[in-house]
Amino acid sequence: MPFGNTHNQLKMKFSSEAEYPDLSKHNNHMAKVLTPAMYERLRSKQTPSGFTLDDVIQTGVDNPGHPFIMTVGCVAGDEETYEVFKELLDPVISDRHGGYKPTDKHKTDLNSNNLKGGDDLDPNYVLSSRVRTGRSIRGFCLPPHCSRGERRAVETLSIEALASLTGDLKGKYYALKNMTDAEQQQLIDDHFLFDKPVSPLLLASGMARDWPDARGIWHNDNKTFLVWVNEEDHLRVISMQKGGNMKEVFNRFCTGLTKIETLFKERGHAFMWNEHLGYVLTCPSNLGTGLRAGVHVKLPNMSKNAKFEEILKRLRLQKRGTGGVDTAAVGGVFDISNADRLGFSEVELVQMVVDGIKLLIEMEKRLEKGQSIDDLMPAQK
Amino acid sequence: MATSFSRLLSSRRNLGILSLVGAGSVTAAFLLHREHVTAGVPVRRRYPASAEYPDLRKHNNCMASSLTPAIYSKLCDKATPNGYTLDEAIQTGVDNPGHPFIKTVGMVAGDEESYEVFADLLDPIIKERHNGYDPRTMTHPTDLDASKIQSGQFDDRYVLSSRVRTGRSIRGLSLPPACTRAERREVERVVVDALSGLKGDLKGKYYSLTQMTEQEQQQLIDDHFLFDKPVSPLLTCAGMARDWPDARGIWHNNEKTFLIWVNEEDHTRVISMEKGGNMKRVFERFCRGLKEVEHLIQERGWEFMWNPRLGYILTCPSNLGTGLRAGVHVKLPLLSKDARFSKILDNLRLQKRGTGGVDTAAVGGVFDISNLDRLGQSEVQLVQTVVDGVNYLIECEKRLEKGQDIKVWMTLLLFRLFLIRAVNDPPFL
Repeated sequence: MPFGNTHNQLKMKFSSEAEYPDLSKHNNHMAKVLTPAMYERLRSKQTPSGFTLDDVIQTGVDNPGHPFIMTVGCVAGDEETYEVFKELLDPVISDRHGGYKPTDKHKTDLNSNNLKGGDDLDPNYVLSSRVRTGRSIRGFCLPPHCSRGERRAVETLSIEALASLTGDLKGKYYALKNMTDAEQQQLIDDHFLFDKPVSPLLLASGMARDWPDARGIWHNDNKTFLVWVNEEDHLRVISMQKGGNMKEVFNRFCTGLTKIETLFKERGHAFMWNEHLGYVLTCPSNLGTGLRAGVHVKLPNMSKNAKFEEILKRLRLQKRGTGGVDTAAVGGVFDISNADRLGFSEVELVQMVVDGIKLLIEMEKRLEKGQSIDDLMPAQK
Repeated sequence: MATSFSRLLSSRRNLGILSLVGAGSVTAAFLLHREHVTAGVPVRRRYPASAEYPDLRKHNNCMASSLTPAIYSKLCDKATPNGYTLDEAIQTGVDNPGHPFIKTVGMVAGDEESYEVFADLLDPIIKERHNGYDPRTMTHPTDLDASKIQSGQFDDRYVLSSRVRTGRSIRGLSLPPACTRAERREVERVVVDALSGLKGDLKGKYYSLTQMTEQEQQQLIDDHFLFDKPVSPLLTCAGMARDWPDARGIWHNNEKTFLIWVNEEDHTRVISMEKGGNMKRVFERFCRGLKEVEHLIQERGWEFMWNPRLGYILTCPSNLGTGLRAGVHVKLPLLSKDARFSKILDNLRLQKRGTGGVDTAAVGGVFDISNLDRLGQSEVQLVQTVVDGVNYLIECEKRLEKGQDIKVWMTLLLFRLFLIRAVNDPPFL
């Protein structure tokens, strides 16, 4: 909660043992790492804006997790959270991001020219292509912790910067609380509108406070470049279009992001970034690139194949239903995207998706003809 | 006395020199008189109050009606001695604009001192919610003498069950929206310890939510005793569901007529109930149980939050005063179809709900009928209101069954009620 860190003073009057959460039934990254001794060492700390250990872990305490899915169980309230609570977050990051060490450096590469191919994914199989990431504005608290004043300031800055975009990126902002019924319906039809979060994972962290104040959606007139303001992060940036031209999608993504970053810098604001963690976002799972590049692809035969999961794992890809995370696939159509976020550059991740989808489509075609796919089995990337 | 004194000394609240004065509940009441509460460390703020003021244009709750920019500006930098802030107190009302027909309160207290530190906002809210009760000038009567109830046995052919509930908070510990895990666990420990001292028909057992077995859980569900993690956004946005189900539980006596919820929406919710229409006995057990529990916690150096301005202090301002809801499940199939039903209930100071509780619909002509008021009248007065009201409703139903009119009856009763109210409760005029 914003600013009321006088609360932490109250807790310090009780012993660490009395305050330590009961994590005996929990299965998330935070619960695996937070020992009573660590809790004792970290509980007196706070970031300069007053975010405390209990604020970081509340979502993980309230949501024990699922036996099969490993959630993160902690969030950042500001950029400094990742420093002040390093002792907790470094091991969480390591577990979540394939052994990423506190000394590792993350490479940022938003030069879409470095992507090989990607403009020729078979449109008979690939229905749409999409790349998303998030960006946080340095100097402002993140959604779990920001005050109304801060959130509104982020919105105002974003509107100003986005209003300066030109050419095929020229667009319009729709504030959630001011939108007309007609605008709302159009945004729903375009699959652009985001709703107040309902997931308890998000609600318990406090990021839905004051909804829909200072939340909104910006998109370009062509409806291929979209920015969410103040949803789970300060900004979520999305480039998308029908069909399989991932290269074009990624081009626009990189161009748009770079332009937006420049526009913010011109107004005296940088994005949160450092050479160890890359782009800093609310959820530790989105650090690094914060990038999810994916396609909606028809793989009815592959999805019934016993090796499907193993192949995805080796290609460093993940599957979701076409409704996004936590939905089921419908009609053999899957959302396939990169599994990694940190430790690989943007170009590397999109390359994995492009190459992986090409291979999956080849395998699908083989299975259609009743042929074997054994010789196509990939090595672990 | 000595134990109360040591409790005050070790109290977690920063009351400075005042904590050295005397001991016991009289002192505590004195300490909480508005002028003597020291607010906590001021809250840091980067933006002016005008940039932080919530957008309440689409809101319809008591907080939104009372929170002007001026009041927000005055209170936004303040915190209670425990560090609870205005933004935290109003968060539930900001997040839940309300319903065009139902006016919710839109604000909670994080601790006893919230009612003092944020009085500029809470007093007008209390006045609106409690029918004109002005905490600045009025005092609230507490009366738990069940022997005063008259005609408290209803016709069992109409009344299926009778129930009285209230809440109690443990002084010195923060309330559910703000309490730390350690505080919540302390509430559980204090209450469970005290309850283990109950005897006779009140002797019972505690079932912790974290430890109950599957059979125990099923039994509690079958008995309609088990409470679940709150799902209403009104409650979750206030932060009272944090760390669920840590330190939550249910205690009930072996006869299943006296039940206590621990750390749900309040520190404790106390419920007396039984099948049939013996409201007098239900209330008698209620009062006796409450007094015994109070005695048991006092022996251990604790007490309930109470003061003469606001009566018993609970999380939601709507439950101040008595915190009491006395009600019955009663069959009124004919009367409920009469166009005058709502007006009658209004005049009787009663409300109807479905038999699933608040926000449910009535099934088969069976209604949950209970008192509307909580603050400004004593427990005895409110239960008597329910007794008189329900007896009257049953009379109406009987008349309608015989095809008789209820109009003359109504006129006489309403005139009588008007006279009583005019004499005893001038604000209602």
